[in-house]
Amino acid sequence: MSDALLELDRLSAHYVTGRGTRVVRAVDEVSLTLQKGETLGVVGESGSGKTTLALAILRLLPTAAKIVSGALRFDGEDLLAKSPTEMRKIRGKRIAMILQDPMASLNPLFTVGDQVGESLRVHENASRRSARERAGALLKSVKIPAAVQRLREYPHQMSGGMRQRIVGAIAIACEPRLLIADEPTTSLDVTIQAQYLKLLREIQREHGLALIFITHNLGIVARMCDSVAVMYAGRVIESGPVRRIFNAPVHPYTRALIESIPRLGEGPERLTAIDGQPPDLASLPAGCSFQARCPRVMDHCREEAPPAFDIATQHLARCWLARP
Amino acid sequence: MTTLLEAHKLTKHFPLRRGLFGADPGAVRAVDGVSFTIEAGRTLGVVGESGCGKSTTAKLVLKLEEPTAGEIRFEGRALQTLNAEGLRQYRRSVQAVFQDPFASLNPRMRVDAIIAEPLITNEKVGKAQARERVGKLLDMVGLPARSADLFPHEFSGGQRQRIAIARALALSPKLVVLDEPVSALDVSIRAQILNLLVDLQRDLGLAYLFIAHDLAAVAHMSHSIAVMYLGQLVEYGAAKTVAADPKHPYTQALFSAALPSHPDESRDEIILTGEVPSPVNPPSGCRFHPRCPHVLPRCAPEVPRLRTAFGRETACHLYDPAP
Amino acid sequence: MSASPATPTATTGTLAGWLPKLRTEGLPLVPIGILVVLAFLAIFAELIAPYNPEIGSLSQRFKPPAWVAGGSTEYLLGTDHIGRDVLSRLIFGARVSMVVGFMAVFIAGVVGSTLGILSGYLGGWVDQVIMRVTDTWLALPGLTFAIFLAAIVGPSEWNIVIILGSVYWTRYARVIRGEVLSLRERDFVRLAIVAGCSKWTIMRRHLLPNVANTAIVLATLMLGVVVVSEAALSFLGVGVPPPKPAWGLMLADGKKGLMAGYWWLTVFPGVCIVLLVLAANLLGDWLRVKFDPQLRQL
Repeated sequence: MSDALLELDRLSAHYVTGRGTRVVRAVDEVSLTLQKGETLGVVGESGSGKTTLALAILRLLPTAAKIVSGALRFDGEDLLAKSPTEMRKIRGKRIAMILQDPMASLNPLFTVGDQVGESLRVHENASRRSARERAGALLKSVKIPAAVQRLREYPHQMSGGMRQRIVGAIAIACEPRLLIADEPTTSLDVTIQAQYLKLLREIQREHGLALIFITHNLGIVARMCDSVAVMYAGRVIESGPVRRIFNAPVHPYTRALIESIPRLGEGPERLTAIDGQPPDLASLPAGCSFQARCPRVMDHCREEAPPAFDIATQHLARCWLARP
Repeated sequence: MTTLLEAHKLTKHFPLRRGLFGADPGAVRAVDGVSFTIEAGRTLGVVGESGCGKSTTAKLVLKLEEPTAGEIRFEGRALQTLNAEGLRQYRRSVQAVFQDPFASLNPRMRVDAIIAEPLITNEKVGKAQARERVGKLLDMVGLPARSADLFPHEFSGGQRQRIAIARALALSPKLVVLDEPVSALDVSIRAQILNLLVDLQRDLGLAYLFIAHDLAAVAHMSHSIAVMYLGQLVEYGAAKTVAADPKHPYTQALFSAALPSHPDESRDEIILTGEVPSPVNPPSGCRFHPRCPHVLPRCAPEVPRLRTAFGRETACHLYDPAP
Repeated sequence: MSASPATPTATTGTLAGWLPKLRTEGLPLVPIGILVVLAFLAIFAELIAPYNPEIGSLSQRFKPPAWVAGGSTEYLLGTDHIGRDVLSRLIFGARVSMVVGFMAVFIAGVVGSTLGILSGYLGGWVDQVIMRVTDTWLALPGLTFAIFLAAIVGPSEWNIVIILGSVYWTRYARVIRGEVLSLRERDFVRLAIVAGCSKWTIMRRHLLPNVANTAIVLATLMLGVVVVSEAALSFLGVGVPPPKPAWGLMLADGKKGLMAGYWWLTVFPGVCIVLLVLAANLLGDWLRVKFDPQLRQL
């Protein structure tokens, strides 16, 4: 599959802390493929490794973390072999990222216009004036009313929803091929979130963007994504086309996640709950990391961690239940 | 069905302070003329987005704030007229669980002290008695007895929320205010806690004021739903009625914006324009009219009244034939 | 569904609740070592010091330290203008400096923290009054004011403690008040109100233990300031009265001998002051960093 836009092959990223005594396998042998224009949802809870995965793809891991093994290819190029200068040319221009908290992504001391135009000036050597014009056009394309006036305003003068759109405008300024969005709507109100997701879909269609949407919310995946990868304790435990995963989940965790969401309208009195707590990445048990909470755990699960089994085209599950 | 708590035209304005030269600086009209009832053993769910006033309403019910106008009656007695003893009685009957499990427990206190605090503050109990009650409460919320000797930081978010629930139950209250009790928890833990709350309601006959922005959770847990927008009630009725067929355009947009639980679940996409206005200067007439997809000419000048229509109450000119 | 510890910590004992993040690795051994040694000297001065610090023999005055020509091992660090052993005076001086230092910091801390908590939590006119008093107090130049007070009430060890305590409480009041202002918005304080706790109970049970960290860090940092102030007061003659050995006093006495080349009378007391202040500051800095991530976790 060499024409895939992004390919991860058994990528692992570990945090080493406590003077080498504690190794946290934040991302453990993750393999993913993303085609041009496709939307991939990465679902996981706190501690699943999804944010570390996003940072690893952009090679923006903090100093305590390192990519220890595996391959990372973007548009046919090996990202792990790139020098820091080359990575800087890629970030913002060919791969962009949106984070959860727009206030943290925007510098309170610079105007909106300055910040939106920044990547244009850095990556395309645009002049101040041309950057400003294009910034105005970008703000219009993310549906910010009175876009030209906004160029002179500061982030604190805007609402959360608007700030997140500005962050979106910055992200698409240089027309990247891939956009990684890490929980961009978690801090937004429900109706604002709906607006924003619609905007993302439109931008994606217009620019032919591939999108990796990192979230804990399966509802967003249901609405937005073509394929989904479910992460648990640093590993992708199930992945495949979105309809297949929702209709026929194989891994008990995926199944429980889907069934634990309250449904509007009818619905049982009791929700299906998952026992136990999310895992402590620093002290994972031998074997499958979900064993303590799995309703269908077997003896073999405690001994050996399952590999990824092929269930159907592109549907993989890391579970002994899937063994043919 | 006995009415436990009645709010009548509840209003809370927070005055803004301005500098030396200001004219009347105005106020944040956080809650404006809201009325609802909570029945014993039932759940009233309150939904709305930021600035709608649901948190302020919770604070008014908990007497953490005093209303600017309107009143709350609990078991027939008006809260404003309570003396010290009456207030103590009230505090025994109404407790709360808040959103952030990491900020709800005093990090310097052991779990048994945290859970027992309402008990020892309001009743004369000996140490042994308190300890026994704490043990029972821990069991009720599904935590092991040895949790009593530990400190909050030794527990995960979901476990801390259970501790907070145990504490809220210490005095056997009649009403528990739940302000976003599961929003800060991991998705796989939310169902656990929601199930626990449903079980406790059934076993102890608790009434809940359940405030959340997760519509599905509210619809799942509640017997009646109140939808708030910019400090006012826009729709109010039985949960099944409101959730199955919302009538107010804002409620419709809210429910359509709720994410589906399956990719094939289609929903009319009602995307609202514009931002949520600030409660300092709400729009005239119907506060929703600038964003309403069904706005009529009379919506801007005329404030809609909350009237019964289609089996629930709603404040919308669409359902209020012109006089 | 057992309570699995989220982070590896000491899980039992009261200490665990108060210092959950304090692990023994990374302890700043040098500052703690210095403070322990000084405390040891202060406590066991009678047993360690070779001579009586207040009585000297005039025939032995101005003897230099043992390793310099003219000195002897009888007086390891030399003698002063009255023939008193410098080493013994340093050792007993440790007691004075540490007692005055700790007591003054303690008084400042108790007064300042109490006012800070009252001011921060009760708000209203209580806050206004306390803050205005704090402002006024801060406007007075600290050391000068201390000298003024000392001149009025007369020098004695206890007076110095009280004077220094009353000069330096303002820092506490300000900082603790700031902390309380943010603490009182926390959910657990709101829940305490909902549970029916009185204002006093909340201040005692919920606010006080949670500002303790800040107060301790502030105390270690203030220790340095107080010790230097005490030295300054003694140097100026309004501190601890002679013949009691105090490092500042030794500096003052020794100043006269500098021109004559009697350097050991000023250098050794000076080094001691520097060591104590440095150790206290380093410890305070380390504590502040150690407590901070925990504070953020709360």
